[in-house]
Amino acid sequence: MPQPLNYLKETASQTAGPYVHIGLIPAMAGFDIFEKNFSNVLVTPNSKGERITLEGRVLDGSGTPLRDVLLEIWQANAAGRYNHPADRSAGALEEGFRGWGRAGSDFDSGLVTFETIKPGAITDKTGRKCAPHVNVWIVARGINIGLNTRLYFSDEEAANAADPVLNLIEQPTRRKTLIATRSERAGKVVYSFTINLQGPEETVFFDV
Amino acid sequence: MNAQAKALQDPRLNRPEPFTPPLGDGGFFQRDRSIHPPAYAPGYKSSVLRSPRQSLLSLENSVSEITGPVFGHNDLGPLDNDLIRNYAKDGDPVGERIIVHGRVLDETGRGVPNTLVEFWQANAGGRYRHKKDTYLAPIDPNFGGCGRALTDDTGYYYFRTVKPGPYPWRNFVNSWRPAHIHFSVFGSGFAQRLITQMYFEGDPLIPVCPILTTIPDKDALDRLVAPLDLNASTPFDSLAYRFDIVLRGQRSTYFENRTAGN
Repeated sequence: MPQPLNYLKETASQTAGPYVHIGLIPAMAGFDIFEKNFSNVLVTPNSKGERITLEGRVLDGSGTPLRDVLLEIWQANAAGRYNHPADRSAGALEEGFRGWGRAGSDFDSGLVTFETIKPGAITDKTGRKCAPHVNVWIVARGINIGLNTRLYFSDEEAANAADPVLNLIEQPTRRKTLIATRSERAGKVVYSFTINLQGPEETVFFDV
Repeated sequence: MNAQAKALQDPRLNRPEPFTPPLGDGGFFQRDRSIHPPAYAPGYKSSVLRSPRQSLLSLENSVSEITGPVFGHNDLGPLDNDLIRNYAKDGDPVGERIIVHGRVLDETGRGVPNTLVEFWQANAGGRYRHKKDTYLAPIDPNFGGCGRALTDDTGYYYFRTVKPGPYPWRNFVNSWRPAHIHFSVFGSGFAQRLITQMYFEGDPLIPVCPILTTIPDKDALDRLVAPLDLNASTPFDSLAYRFDIVLRGQRSTYFENRTAGN
């Protein structure tokens, strides 16, 4: 017998269930308990960069919006720097911009929104620039293990065309499932997205 | 002492202590999806329309995956890990008082320090304080049902609560959830993000739960069951259950390489 490696096994995932709000966004469950709460607002008054709203829905295989889904996003700041010690790129960190937020979908419409800033281009470990993007994690009743995807920006056509991750997607038509569409509404910049869990326009999900 | 431990002590190997892992790319160990529930698990009916059908696209970890949000004590309040007190209005909540404690580890066995652990649960009667829960068991006026903690330097966390009750749910006509506590854990990188559920040793509903049995691996399922830990209980006050959580391991990062002896 060779020596044992003795690695541990990852704990198995379980669905977040329909009442995920209690633990992660108690105000949505209908009560107030913590002094400090996490939210869908990443932007602070001092944040650098373009203020944007991310707005979208997650649709099931029948095209119905999930009304009990929870999304988290993780993103770099406007300089393309993640607020984490493992990002050693040159962009400046900003105090107060964590780069993370969570949002539950509206119980009636299924709409999910985040108030944030548009991230800058990321520099990968080989020094290559990657198109600006937001990392998305999705949990809900009926989702047995959290789903990872990304949102890219429709006005970054050249950067998107050169992005190493988007180019990993074999079918060009499927790359479009990750592009959020820019529009302006009452002077505010809104990027709209739809995440399809199934169907001919199924969103690309990653095994990260 | 096993063979591996002996080998590490052999001076002829001249191995530095602590062992410095070899050059890595900082990526997380490949997730072993055979121990996780599949997305499509028809015995859990809600998964049928909510499960992607295309293959996941495997992504070599970039800086976007090996980084993740950092939390600190400033994010928490002093009662956040005490579910007996953090929503109490005019007394303690009803139910069996319990302590839940354990460590957040990674697959190499190292503790994951300063990471956020969040938990939520039904009350002792099996009712959630949630506007969408209509089960006939009553709301407990002194119980909110959620809390959070930051692991210490060794990955240890603990909280105090009451044992949740089982409850019926709409899957089959007579489906009941075993007593459970939901857990959300971050780790150091966003690719370690995990939500799971902890169950209680000896619960007869465990083997018939349509959600728990989505897990195809018997050992992986057993690892979600917390044993009674009498040594950690408080006499005449609270029983204790122990629940360790394992997140994905990580290869060393390209910027952390040290020269031998440093």
